[in-house]
Amino acid sequence: MSTSSPRQAGFLAIELDGAGWAGADIARAVLAAESAGFHAATFTDAPVPGRANALQRAAFAGPVSRTIALVPEVDTVYTEPFHVSTQLASLDYVAGGRAGWIATAAESPEAAAAVGRSSVAGAALGQEAAASIEVSRRLWDSWEDDAVIRDVATGRYIDVDKLHHVDFETPAGFAGAGYSVKGPSIIPRPLQGQLPVLVPAFLLGVVSPDAVDGVLVSAPAAELLTAEIRDVRARVGASVAVVAELDVVLDARGQAAAGRVAGIDSGRAVYAGSAAGLTDFLTELLKEADGVRLHPASLAVDLEELGRLVLPELRRRGALRPVVQDGTLRDLLGLQRPVSRYATATAAHAAAAPPALESKGKP
Amino acid sequence: MTQHNRAKSDAFVPSGQIQFGVFFQGVNSGTIWKAAESGSQTDFESFRRIAQTAERGLFAAFFLGEGLRLREHLGRPHALDVVGRPDAQTMLAALASLTKNIGLVATQNTTYNDPADLAHRLASLDLISGGRAAWNIVTTDNAWTGANFRRGGYLDHADRYKHAEAFVETAKRIWDSWETPAGPAHRVLHEGQHYTVDVTPRLPRSAQYRPVLFQAGDSPEGRNFAARQADVIFSAHPKFDDAVEFRKDLVERSLTAGRGANAVQIMPASEFILAPTAAEAAEKKEWVRSLQIGPQQAVAYLEQFWGRELQSYDPDGPLPEIDPVVEETSETRGSGFHGAKARQLADQWRAEAKDKGLSIRQFVTSKTARIDATFTGSYIAVADQLAEYARVGAVDGFNISPWLIPTGLDDIVNHLVPELQERGVYPTEYRGNTLRDHLGLETPVRTADTAAEVVTA
Ligand SMILES: Cc1cc2nc3c(=O)[nH]c(=O)nc-3n(C[C@H](O)[C@H](O)[C@H](O)COP(=O)(O)O)c2cc1C
Repeated sequence: MSTSSPRQAGFLAIELDGAGWAGADIARAVLAAESAGFHAATFTDAPVPGRANALQRAAFAGPVSRTIALVPEVDTVYTEPFHVSTQLASLDYVAGGRAGWIATAAESPEAAAAVGRSSVAGAALGQEAAASIEVSRRLWDSWEDDAVIRDVATGRYIDVDKLHHVDFETPAGFAGAGYSVKGPSIIPRPLQGQLPVLVPAFLLGVVSPDAVDGVLVSAPAAELLTAEIRDVRARVGASVAVVAELDVVLDARGQAAAGRVAGIDSGRAVYAGSAAGLTDFLTELLKEADGVRLHPASLAVDLEELGRLVLPELRRRGALRPVVQDGTLRDLLGLQRPVSRYATATAAHAAAAPPALESKGKP
Repeated sequence: MTQHNRAKSDAFVPSGQIQFGVFFQGVNSGTIWKAAESGSQTDFESFRRIAQTAERGLFAAFFLGEGLRLREHLGRPHALDVVGRPDAQTMLAALASLTKNIGLVATQNTTYNDPADLAHRLASLDLISGGRAAWNIVTTDNAWTGANFRRGGYLDHADRYKHAEAFVETAKRIWDSWETPAGPAHRVLHEGQHYTVDVTPRLPRSAQYRPVLFQAGDSPEGRNFAARQADVIFSAHPKFDDAVEFRKDLVERSLTAGRGANAVQIMPASEFILAPTAAEAAEKKEWVRSLQIGPQQAVAYLEQFWGRELQSYDPDGPLPEIDPVVEETSETRGSGFHGAKARQLADQWRAEAKDKGLSIRQFVTSKTARIDATFTGSYIAVADQLAEYARVGAVDGFNISPWLIPTGLDDIVNHLVPELQERGVYPTEYRGNTLRDHLGLETPVRTADTAAEVVTA
């Protein structure tokens, strides 16, 4: 890497929303992204017409892909935390340990009305997200790794000492209706132990950086991204991945990007222009951010250009981390596999196990 | 006679066919994990292997159950059960990518879900799979399971089918809300005792119009609910006479509900223990039972009902003389105990065991392991038996729980299916691309444009 920064090269994620809901189209898109060399595919879930459930699209992509991480957005405000936790754990199983979670908390009167709840806004969104993330993490830990013992001699399938009630209660001062979750989970611990959790930067403050593994950083314009990234980095410290959000419109098929850019109004920074220009821009951006999540204006058109022209050159420049065959998302993010917070360290166990880890499982 | 005419008729007409589904069990005590060939209950590879074998055998459907809290035994998770199961819809979405035809049935509870959210996820699965999704509607409710959810155990047991019906009606209106595959979508409004929905649905109808509806639950209210709402019943009545009786009962209820005598299909839960000869099958059954109900399982089974430790009792001796801890129901005893009075049950069981000269282990074996649901015999004899079910229309198919994962369907697909095909009672190819096609179900009629009216219930 050409920079003196001690950080290793970055990773690239691509948002696959444009693939639609048909299985064959989802498979085609995720394989194209994988062979283009993307490290992760994300699946957005904001409620718009024609969009199928993000977690299911990610699950469909699981068995047909090998190395790309699969990271759906899942709302934390109007969904049941217990369901969210088991669905994400299941995703990790079907994706062979390549699953992650973008925990979203959007202000959405429509989503509130759909489930008959009053609308949540402001700081209360962060409280809902923080509670939901905490419930999921506790439930993922509620089966210790070696809880299934299948001990023929005693007839025991599980060691009940290694299953734990999570007894979660929303904290005092919780703005919404408080709730509790008993546990344990109904599914063994996910393959990664804990799925990496990413949140949009606006939730930081209420959601503690200690509770997350990555932060998605947005800026209203491309020139402003670097400053935002530095600001967030200063708040979260080195152990949390900082990921920049970028809309991408490329010159393609004889048409200038400028001609295709009209109508894009996501509130995110937009890069519109040539593949070579994007390569330079990303090279610089990846010196600041751990990763970039690209939102192509047209999945089919822009993904093809990215795979043909942008990623190979970024790799040649050493700006990208190698894609690890059979790696987990934790591997990609440089995270160790954590020990369950409930682990009952017996003497023999303690000698062999890594040192005790904090709640989110990072050293 | 076409399926269409069957469904509209006031007289029940047997289809003369048998369909298979496979029920990949989650938490249970019947799946053998002690044998050398027993695989993982949770690894995706096991699900893939079972689903692909079932599809090779032209099974109509792959089912996943649901249980939203681990069963507990004397205050702790039950150590002897097979426990742990992944989320049904997430697994089925993944399996959709590795299969082409088989239906994908998710058991989902009406008490611990939100209608708009569940309807959306089922529509999603239906579209992703190209029209192969189904919902096995269950209504299990108790405060103990509710402790895992924001709303807690808010539903009275007596209300659960009323609630379920409003829930399903709302889901149907959500699935019906797109006028054409291109839209527009109608807003769906529901104001009810337990929830309020105000949603503009996001997804159009699938290739099979909407997910197929299965129902599992056996009370009179459950059967009436199924007669009004369901396409198929996942029943608990596989024995021949019982199945015929259940069919009769259901036909009456369907007619009362204003649907045709053939409107609702029946697929009982079942287990198959097969071999080339009757003698080998009988021997295999002994082996299967000995692994399903070991000594510890036998005693633990009684402990659930006695509500106390019974480890000092000899599994090969008589039932305990000691009385149960008397409580109507106990949270820690899970659903197994529901509705029975402890001491009464214990007296009854002691008398029965003494009468028949059964040890604890023999008695528990006789009470569990789907005794009534088991077809044991040679491939030929069992095929003859099933052909008779098809001839009289006792059932439309069987939902098979394999007692071995992941190879438990191999002998059924390799040996029983060809025998059934030879008898002309089993499909030789998939009838179409959707689950509705495989089952020969009619396309539902779109509920009229009541979509924007508030429905209160
Ligand atoms: C064959 C069969 C399978 C069932 N599977 C499930 C299941 O997977 N999950 C669940 O929560 N309940 C399951 N149930 C329970 C039903 O949802 C229902 O709660 C129970 O049968 C009691 O309802 P009832 O009083 O109408 O019989 C099943 C019931 C039957 C008969």
